[in-house]
Amino acid sequence: MIKIISEWIIPIFVFVIPFYGIIKNVKVYELFVDGAKEGISVVVKIFPALVAMLVAIGVLRASGALDLLGKFLMPFTNKIGMPQELVPLALIRPLSGSGALGIATEIMKTHGVDSLIGKMASAMYGSTETTFYVLAVYYGAVGIKKMRHSVISGIFADIVAILSCVFYSRLFF
Amino acid sequence: MINYIWFFMIAIGVLVGIINGRMAEISKAIIDSAQTAVTISIGLVGVMALWLGIMKIADKSGLTDIIAKLLKPIIIRLFPDVPKDHPAISAIIMNISANMLGLGNAATPFGIKAMEYLQVLNKKDSASNAMCRFLVINTASIQFIPAVMVGIRASLGSRNPADFVIVSILSTSTAIVVGLILNKYLEKMPIFKE
Repeated sequence: MIKIISEWIIPIFVFVIPFYGIIKNVKVYELFVDGAKEGISVVVKIFPALVAMLVAIGVLRASGALDLLGKFLMPFTNKIGMPQELVPLALIRPLSGSGALGIATEIMKTHGVDSLIGKMASAMYGSTETTFYVLAVYYGAVGIKKMRHSVISGIFADIVAILSCVFYSRLFF
Repeated sequence: MINYIWFFMIAIGVLVGIINGRMAEISKAIIDSAQTAVTISIGLVGVMALWLGIMKIADKSGLTDIIAKLLKPIIIRLFPDVPKDHPAISAIIMNISANMLGLGNAATPFGIKAMEYLQVLNKKDSASNAMCRFLVINTASIQFIPAVMVGIRASLGSRNPADFVIVSILSTSTAIVVGLILNKYLEKMPIFKE
């Protein structure tokens, strides 16, 4: 079931959306080309952060510091069933989106993109947003000074997202 | 914040490298990593272009409106303290629909609009309960297809770049439900009073 959904999801999107566009009488090809133009600018935006994070995590890994951190946290990560390789990703995810993307990329490259760790890293990246950034932008926009319980529930939701990601990955992958 | 994190990642790495005597490996890792970023980015361009093209069609043909219609009853129940026909409701719905389709650039303006309308109802400089609820949904953020991650996986040669999506969606949904329940308790606590 999960396998079928994951194989079908991209073709379905790529078919259903233009199909709906044709029904609604919009110029699907021209819109597609127009939207696709922005592909390069998105990557240009991501690229510098990718370099920064890949280099930083590369240094941590080559020095042996990542292994140390993993060993140190092993009793805890073992308890929740999380591969220790994913610890840096879980720590960065709520703080920086591009940083987390860089770390997830490095993890997939090192451990194999289709390995359990690689898939789990992808799911972890996709399972939550950059909480602190969202809070800052949205509250900042309307001049809210007291965030009340949002910070705690935001962080708590991140922790739940990461734990459930580990749980569902074990279940489905 | 990220400035310190980035700096300390490198600083700790170099320090541990000195102690372990791994400077040659570090030096190689630095150069290799920078080059890896280039190969991955080039692979990513194609998938991003494809996805943004498809999403442009979705946007212009009004697919977001359909999702919005489906979401409306849920959102109204989640925000009983916001009047049903208040513009805040439709801004919240548009924000969440755009997020679901991965239209981050479209989602943020709707989100800020929603916050402005909620602020009209709130009138204070401390967040209202509705705002806190809206932000829990937003910081978790359900996305049908996280296109950037799919693109990176494709660029790394994955056999099925989208196979993580279901797990992502399930984890996010769990986080939103738990976050909203937690909010319900926290909003009544005296230390978090408005």
